[in-house]
Amino acid sequence: MIQLTVNGQKRQFDGDPEMPLLWYLREELQYTGTKYGCGQGLCGACTVHVNGQAVRSCQTPMSGAAGQSITTIEGLSATASHPVQQAWRNHDVPQCGYCQSGQIMQAAALLKDKPKPTDAEIDAAMKGNICRCGTYQRIRAAIKEASGQAVKGAR
Amino acid sequence: MQKIEFLPRRTFLAHLVSSSAFLIGARAGVLDFTGATTGELVSDADKAAWNPNVYLGIEPDGRVILIMHRSEMGTGSRSVLPMVLAEELDADWKRVKLEQAIGDPKYGSQNTDGSCSIRDFYDAFREAGATARLMLERAAAAKWGVPAAECAVANHFVVHAASKRKLGFGELALLAKQQPVPKKEELKFKSPADYRYVGKDLPTADRDSLINGTGSFGIDASMPGMVHASIERSPVFGGKLKSFDDKEAKTVKGVLQTVTIPDLSGPTMFQPLGGVAVIANSTWAAAKGREKLKVEWSASPNAGYDSAKFKQTLLETVRQPQKVVRNVGDVDAAFARAAQTHEAEYYAPHLAHAPMEPVAAVAEYKDGRVVCHANTQNPQAVQDTVAQALGIDKKNVECHVTLLGGGFGRKSKPDYVAEAALLSKAVGKPVKVTWSREDDIRFDYYHTVAAMYLKAAIGDRGKPTAWLQRVAYPSIGTTFNPAATHAEAFEMMMGWNDVPFDIPNHRAENGPAKNHVRIGWLRSVANIYQAFAVHSFLDELAQLAKRDSLEYLLDVLGAPRIVKLDKDYINHGKSQDQYPLDIGRMRNVIDLAATQSGWAKKKPVAGRALGIAAHRSFLTYVAVAVEVEVDQRGQVTIPRMDIAVDAGTIINPDRVRSQFEGAGVFGASIALMSGITAKNGIIEQSNFHDYRVARINEAPRQVNVHVVKSTAPPAGVGEPGVPPVIPAICNAIAAATGKRIRELPIGRQLI
Repeated sequence: MIQLTVNGQKRQFDGDPEMPLLWYLREELQYTGTKYGCGQGLCGACTVHVNGQAVRSCQTPMSGAAGQSITTIEGLSATASHPVQQAWRNHDVPQCGYCQSGQIMQAAALLKDKPKPTDAEIDAAMKGNICRCGTYQRIRAAIKEASGQAVKGAR
Repeated sequence: MQKIEFLPRRTFLAHLVSSSAFLIGARAGVLDFTGATTGELVSDADKAAWNPNVYLGIEPDGRVILIMHRSEMGTGSRSVLPMVLAEELDADWKRVKLEQAIGDPKYGSQNTDGSCSIRDFYDAFREAGATARLMLERAAAAKWGVPAAECAVANHFVVHAASKRKLGFGELALLAKQQPVPKKEELKFKSPADYRYVGKDLPTADRDSLINGTGSFGIDASMPGMVHASIERSPVFGGKLKSFDDKEAKTVKGVLQTVTIPDLSGPTMFQPLGGVAVIANSTWAAAKGREKLKVEWSASPNAGYDSAKFKQTLLETVRQPQKVVRNVGDVDAAFARAAQTHEAEYYAPHLAHAPMEPVAAVAEYKDGRVVCHANTQNPQAVQDTVAQALGIDKKNVECHVTLLGGGFGRKSKPDYVAEAALLSKAVGKPVKVTWSREDDIRFDYYHTVAAMYLKAAIGDRGKPTAWLQRVAYPSIGTTFNPAATHAEAFEMMMGWNDVPFDIPNHRAENGPAKNHVRIGWLRSVANIYQAFAVHSFLDELAQLAKRDSLEYLLDVLGAPRIVKLDKDYINHGKSQDQYPLDIGRMRNVIDLAATQSGWAKKKPVAGRALGIAAHRSFLTYVAVAVEVEVDQRGQVTIPRMDIAVDAGTIINPDRVRSQFEGAGVFGASIALMSGITAKNGIIEQSNFHDYRVARINEAPRQVNVHVVKSTAPPAGVGEPGVPPVIPAICNAIAAATGKRIRELPIGRQLI
C-alpha cells in the first residue's frame, strides 16, 4: 500500500507501483489539469510539484511518490490566485491552453527557487516545457510580472 | 447568401437552451475544405436550401446564450466570433454564455480549418445579432404602443428615451419570439464608432479554466463505465494484420481483452488504420498490455518508402517540363534570349502536426447509436466517419466537441473517433482511445514532402524578365483518391499559381508524385514549401544583383495594382472582386515590417543580419522581417521578428497578435528543426527528442506583431503568419553567412 498526500489530502494506492503518478492523478483522482504530452519527460505538460519541486509526473512511478506531498494545478491555490496564475491571466497567455498547467507549475517552482529570475534563468527553467502554439514570449513576460520585474513589451 | 429565419426549438438544442428561449438562426455560404478534394470548393449555400448555422438564444432570465459551432484549438474562435454577435445585439458581455454545439449539418460547416471562422461567419453573426436586436426593439415598441423607431437597444435593455422606459432582454424574450423575422434589408448595423467589443482586446473565453486546470479537453473526457484502449498499428502504411498473439498481453493486470480493428481498405479518407487494440481498465494498463502483444503484418507496397531516395525522385521530376498551371507571356522565348539565367532547387520534408494534446476520443455505441466526445476540428466529419465505420446513419452519431489542445489540421481527421466507436461496439462499453505521442508522430496524416525547381532570366539591374517555377509533391488528394497524381487546385492556390510578381513572362508547373504515407493538411498547408521556395529564390536573385533585399522585393512586386488571377483561381471561395490580390496592401505590410524592424539602419554584418519575405495566404497579407544571429559554431538564434499583418477587419487585436506570435514560433520550428523521414516505409521519428519543435530558448526571442487597421472584409489569421516566416529566416541567414538554405530544416547545415 502506497501512501501519499495530494493537494493536502492523504491518499492510499494499492495498484501497479510502476504506474506513473500522471495516470494516478488523472484517472484515479480525476485531477485532469495535469496533462499527458509525451510520456518520456520531454515536454513538461505533466509537471506537478513533489515536495515543492517541479517534477514530471509521467516519469514518477507510484513507488517513487510514496510518502511524498504532491501538488497539482488544482492545488496550486484555492482560487487560482497564485501570482503566476494572476500574471498568466493578465497576459492572456494560453492559446489552446493544453501545456499551460505544466508551464504554470514549472514557473511557480522557479519563482520559489529564484524570486527574480533573469531571462537566461527563465529559459533554463522553462526549456523543458513545450508550447506548440508558441506562447513563449508571453510566458516569459508573465514570469517577469509575477516576480515583480519590469516587463518589456507588456500590453 | 444570407437569410435569417426563426427557428423552431430543436431537440438537439435541448441541452443548451430552455424551451422558452428566443432563438435566432442565420446562415452563411461557407466552404468545406475537404470538398476541395474534388477540385472545387463547395458552398453550403448551394448544397442546402435552408441551412441555419448560427444560433443565439435569449433566456427569460436575461442570459444570452451563444451556441458556438466552431471548435476552439487555440486560435480564439470561441472568444472572437461571439464578440461579433454580442456587438450587434448590444448585449452585456458579462451575461453572454457560450455553449459548444454538437456536430450537425444544420450549422453549416463546422470544420474549423482554413483560417475561416471569422471570414466565413462574420456576416452571419452580425446579421444574427442585428436581427435579434431589431426583434427585441419591435417587441418593446409593441408592448409600449410606441413606434419601433423610437426604441433602441442599449447594453442588454431596450430603451424608449422619450418616456424613459426600459425593458431587459430577458423580459422581452417571450415577446420577441412572437415578432416576425425582419428581412435583411430592414437590418441596421451599428456604426463602428459605437463598437464596445469589436476592435477591443477582450480576454479569451476559456482563459480562467485553462489557468486553473479545469478546462476540459478530449483527453479529459470520460463516460460512466468506460474502458481504455491502446492500439497497435502496422508500422508501414498499408500493412495488413497477418496474425497476433495476445497471451502475454492478457496477463497484464487491468487488461480485459483484445479487439482487432479491420484493415483499412479503399480510399484512406478518415478511416481507422486498423490494428489490434488492447482494452484495459486504465490508460497505463492498456499501454503496458500493448507492449506485450506479438503482431505480424503482411508486406505493404509502401515498405520500400525511403524519404531520402524519394527526394531524388521528386527532384528528377521537377527538372523536367510538367503540367502548366499558370502561364503569362512566353518564358521559353525569354530564357532563349537572356544573357544570364539563374536556377535553383529546393526541398522541404514531411512534417508531423504534433499538437500538445494527442488525438483522443471516448465513444459509446448503444442500440444503434453512438455518443462520443472528441477533440475534433470537424464534428460533422466525425458523424460521417463513425457512421460509415459502423454502418449506421450519421443522424445516429452525436458528437460533442471538447476543447482541443492544438489541432493544426490533424484533428480534422477523425480516424481516432471511429476507432473508439468500433471498439465500443465490440466490447459493449464506452471506450476511450488516447493516442500516445509515439502513435501521434508515427501514424500522422503527414504534411507532404516537396521539391521545387526555379529558374529566372536576369534582365536590367538584375530584375527577372522571365520566371519558371516547378513543384512536385504527393497531394492531399491522395488521401481521398488513391489514383490522384497531381496537386489539387486548392494546393496550387496556396502560393503557386498566384505569385504576384511584376514579371512579363511567368510560368508555374506541377509534376506528379505518389504518396507512401497518409498525407494531410497542416497549418498553412502547401504555402509552407511553396512560399519557402518562391521567396527564397527571389532573395537569391536580389543577392545575385547585389541589391538590397527589401528594395528588390518591392521592385519585383511592382506598382500598387490589383493582380487579376485566372478565372478559376479558387481564392478561398471568395470572389476576386471582394478579395482582390492587392499589391498596394502587400507593399504596405512590407513597408511596415521593414520600418518597424529598423531595416534601413541595420546593415548586415558577418553572423548577424535581417531577412524579409512577404506572402499572401488565406486572403491575408503578411510581411516578416527577421533578425538572425549565426554564431561561430553555426548555431542560429532569432533575437527578433517583426510581422506586419493586413487581415482586413479585425475583431480582437490581441488574438490576432497572439496568432502571429505563435506563427513566428511555428515557422521557426519548421525552418530550424522539424522534419519527418521514412526508411523501409517506417517513420523514423517517434517523440519530441527526434521530432523537434522550438522550445523557449530556441524560439524567436521577441515577435512584434503590427496589425494594419482596415475596413476590408475579414480574412484569415490562424495560418497566414507561418509561410513567410520560413523564407524570411532563410534570407536572413543568407545575408548573415552567405549560405543559401535550399533544404529544410536547417538543422546542422551551417555547422
